[in-house]
Amino acid sequence: MYSEKVMDHFSNPRNVGEIEDASGVGTVGNAKCGDIMRIFLKIENDVIVDVKFKTFGCGAAIATSSMATEMVKGKTVEEALKITNQAVAEALDGLPPVKMHCSLLAEEALKAAIEDYQKKQQAQKEAAQAD
Amino acid sequence: MSIYLDNAATTATKPEVLEAMLPYFTQVYGNPSSIHRTGRDARRAVERAREQVAAALNADKGEIYFTAGGSESDNWAIKGTAFAHRAKGNHIITTQIEHHAVLHTCQWLERQGFEVTYLPVDADGLVDPADVERAITDKTILVSVMMANNEIGTIEPIAEIARIARAHGVLMHTDAVQAVGAVEVDVRALGVDMLSLSGHKFYGPKGVGALYVRRGVKLDTYMHGGAQERGRRAGTEYLPGIVGLGKAIELATADIAGHAARLTAMRDRLIDGILKEIPYARLNGHRTRRLPGNVNVSIEYIEGEALLLRLDLAGIEGSSGSACTSGSLDPSHVLLAIGLPHEIAHGSLRLTLGDYNTEADVDATLAALPEIVRTLRDMSPMYQDMLEGALK
Ligand SMILES: Cc1ncc(COP(=O)(O)O)c(C=O)c1O
Ligand SMILES: [Zn+2]
Repeated sequence: MYSEKVMDHFSNPRNVGEIEDASGVGTVGNAKCGDIMRIFLKIENDVIVDVKFKTFGCGAAIATSSMATEMVKGKTVEEALKITNQAVAEALDGLPPVKMHCSLLAEEALKAAIEDYQKKQQAQKEAAQAD
Repeated sequence: MSIYLDNAATTATKPEVLEAMLPYFTQVYGNPSSIHRTGRDARRAVERAREQVAAALNADKGEIYFTAGGSESDNWAIKGTAFAHRAKGNHIITTQIEHHAVLHTCQWLERQGFEVTYLPVDADGLVDPADVERAITDKTILVSVMMANNEIGTIEPIAEIARIARAHGVLMHTDAVQAVGAVEVDVRALGVDMLSLSGHKFYGPKGVGALYVRRGVKLDTYMHGGAQERGRRAGTEYLPGIVGLGKAIELATADIAGHAARLTAMRDRLIDGILKEIPYARLNGHRTRRLPGNVNVSIEYIEGEALLLRLDLAGIEGSSGSACTSGSLDPSHVLLAIGLPHEIAHGSLRLTLGDYNTEADVDATLAALPEIVRTLRDMSPMYQDMLEGALK
């Protein structure tokens, strides 16, 4: 039911782990519906230089987390925000229709991590102005 | 070769069973309703299989009807009773942990104007017979409670429930699809009016089953057509399948105690090993009143489908009640009925042993599982949060 690419990313997920001093962290999903995803971003000069994830979820959730982190590495924040769950699913040679909702989490986790980064940037800017 | 631990889903057809079936495809291929010799030979084979099923259940031959499997038997028993006894009442009692063959049938009957009570179960999955008695009204026409649960393996107190039903003049059906061939099933000792079974759960062919209907029980026809099965179930008999079912039930019930003891020992070793080696794991279902081959555990902080896929990559085949394996958003109704929170139900793993499993399979599973769980937990944000929370 899963493509070879999905199984590859599921069995050898890329970028699993945490980033200690992450520029942004996003957690989405809930245990009730079965999938939780957390993405850590390290951003320098608006470029994503490192990315890690942790996922509680099915094969599709783990594979899309892995693929999404691969896709954003080296991208600017603006480019990363354009990545959709369809694009992630396509990069995995497709997902079964019932599993598309699992891939949405990767997109949402990424956006949440970027939002967290932007909030932190904003707070820093304000703190600098206040000085 | 993979290690097959999904015998509750289906079993391999035994070579002896297949051998018994084969002549009925190419040599004795007659229609059992035909008058000529080939037809008569076919008829004899059907009636011999009926005797084998009756003997295994301590029933009379005239009380056994062949069907296309467990689902049809359940549908027939419940819908057939509902419509045959509609004049008396419209109330049916069942449980929240039945197989979908029973649950969806009851839900459909609700749309036809029947009323259904879905009894809860306790944390071990047991139905309280006193709940059955309390639920009976003067409109109740049927109680349907499964003999053994297909997910968590809990064995229900059917004889006690049947006594209560009979005392109130209510018919009693049990879905014994998982019980037949696994534990002793004696329709007289149980005191049930109807009982469903399915060949592929005890090393027989798929697509053939039977319904026991106690003599004298009024039941509407479900499959309309020809006069097969003494006019109560139409359709040219699946002759090789019926022959296979007869042979399989004979083999499966020949030494049920010895067979159960062997599986129970392997089951307990698997349960104890998993609970010892894996922290934050719990057994689902009753510890002792459970099917000899059934292991069902919830492994916290990981998701069932991911666990199954990893096990499959390691050559071990099991199943799960997680939402992501069912294609719906909800985990198994059985796990929710025993009170598991959603997140723990998602991490369930069912491993069901059968006649072809060996102690070496148990060893291999116990060797592979802890490492797989560790890998998935290392990846799990819930596990990370739990560990950090525990440190604080
Ligand atoms: C308890 C129970 N009832 C009914 C069925 C349905 O049987 P069948 O697959 O033969 O239709 C099954 C099989 O999955 C079962 O486990
Ligand atoms: Zn999923």
